[in-house]
Amino acid sequence: MKTDSRLERVLQAGHFAVTAECGPPKGSDAGVVERKGKLLFGYVDAVNVTDNQAATVRMASLAACVILKNMGHEPILQMTTRDRNRIALQSDLFGAYALGIRNVLCLTGDHQVFGNQKEALGVFDLDSIQLVRTVRDMREDGTLIGGADIESPPKMFVGAAANPFADPAAWRVVRLAKKVQAGADFIQTQCIYNMQRFSNFIAQARDMGLTERVSILAGVTPLKSAGMAKHMATKVAGMDVPEAIINRMAGVPKKKQADEGIKIAVETIQHVREIKGIAGVHVMAIEWEEHVPEILSAVGLDKRPKV
Amino acid sequence: MVVAERKNIEEIRGMVDRYSSILVVGCDSCVAECAAGGHRETMLLGAALKISFQQDSRNPRITEACLDRQCVDDFIEQIAHLVPEHEAILSLGCGAGVQALARVYGDKPILPALDTLFIGETEMRGVWQENCLGCGKCKLGYFGAVCPVTRCSKRLMNGPCGGSKEGRCEVNPGISCGWQMIINRLETLGELDRLSEYVPPVDWSTSHSGGPRRVEREDQKP
Ligand code: SF4
Ligand code: SF4
Repeated sequence: MKTDSRLERVLQAGHFAVTAECGPPKGSDAGVVERKGKLLFGYVDAVNVTDNQAATVRMASLAACVILKNMGHEPILQMTTRDRNRIALQSDLFGAYALGIRNVLCLTGDHQVFGNQKEALGVFDLDSIQLVRTVRDMREDGTLIGGADIESPPKMFVGAAANPFADPAAWRVVRLAKKVQAGADFIQTQCIYNMQRFSNFIAQARDMGLTERVSILAGVTPLKSAGMAKHMATKVAGMDVPEAIINRMAGVPKKKQADEGIKIAVETIQHVREIKGIAGVHVMAIEWEEHVPEILSAVGLDKRPKV
Repeated sequence: MVVAERKNIEEIRGMVDRYSSILVVGCDSCVAECAAGGHRETMLLGAALKISFQQDSRNPRITEACLDRQCVDDFIEQIAHLVPEHEAILSLGCGAGVQALARVYGDKPILPALDTLFIGETEMRGVWQENCLGCGKCKLGYFGAVCPVTRCSKRLMNGPCGGSKEGRCEVNPGISCGWQMIINRLETLGELDRLSEYVPPVDWSTSHSGGPRRVEREDQKP
């Protein structure tokens, strides 16, 4: 074992892992995090806590991680390089580890133009791959960027994201390989609506031997409505929602669309479980955490292993 | 070259309204190429200001002049005879020109008529593209002569990010994805292998992050 992460233990033991996403509130109410934490408790192996997602100001990811940790959850700290330079990022990694956080997901982050602080200075001192390498080097070599020794280095289980649906298509697997090379232990993918494209991507990863070296968790986001499907298809960066999915959502009465969205999510999970090289699922139910248990029950993944 | 755009008359009036004589000074180098502050634009701004003041029944003294380069003392001194007769200088140089005038004419208010934007190229007539941030350690040799620091909206060294779509950047479809350009170019050159290696964090200390930079060369000093 490289770390004392629960997620690492689950994956090492060969269980099909389940993670879910929890977005911190747009304010300082710990109760919101606790409510979301309660909804997910017992159903997931670890909870991702987003870092000012979509460049919108929210409660600090680390703070929300600690709230969840205190409830008995295993948090995955999401860290973007958009807002903090290498001094702040490395310092936050020390602090996170000191507070009991054992997993980190390294991201570049959505550009600030998408959020509610469009006039902000984008930091981007590091990129996501450099952050992966930084966390790995802290654990394996006990060093900071530049090589200085760390007294008590944090030993984090290192994650990164992969988007099989962005362009240039042929480049996506190369970038995955770079993330693995840099030290990623696990990968969580962009949410999947185009199963064909996803399968092709995983097949490429398998051919390159990447699925042997990294645990890939397939991203799933239940659609709430046909409107959400259309919005994601056209307005959200790096998303591929095929016409067929939009039509399927639009094809049922408005009142039934949420159920249809959940059905699609369930089918997606059933499908990815059959793909060789997929180690788990990552459910991102955006402001819809209450539906995660029913989705997981429907696919028989609601009982989490004791590890 | 340095690319700039002229401010609107209202903003310029806001800066110069308190003076009764204004020397409008253009620069016939970079900002002439981008049609913002060359000889022609200097004469046009002078005329526009006069009309604007006339509409308010005011008639300040406005004189136009244009220097070959506004960031070099030898040229700046060519307007020395005009400076004492005016209360203020309105510069159509880039930010460097404005500050050079202020250094030479230490007792004069110098006001910028332009918004200085970037180091770039004239891509075609009427189109200027930013392509260098002056990071102080040029990496173009590794990226097929497309700058990731400048042409990628997130300055990624190991791009592209997950927002790249059909050659466009996630920030706005009007921006070409710098990383798609890098990949295309290296593909054409048959040098895609350059991108398989991990690129470590950038040393920003040679950029403006290290403070305002200065070059001193003994062999060039008088
Ligand atoms: S690498 Fe640096 S110096 Fe070279 S073009 Fe880019 S910003 Fe300019
Ligand atoms: S879409 Fe391309 S240019 Fe824009 S931030 Fe991503 S990699 Fe950089």
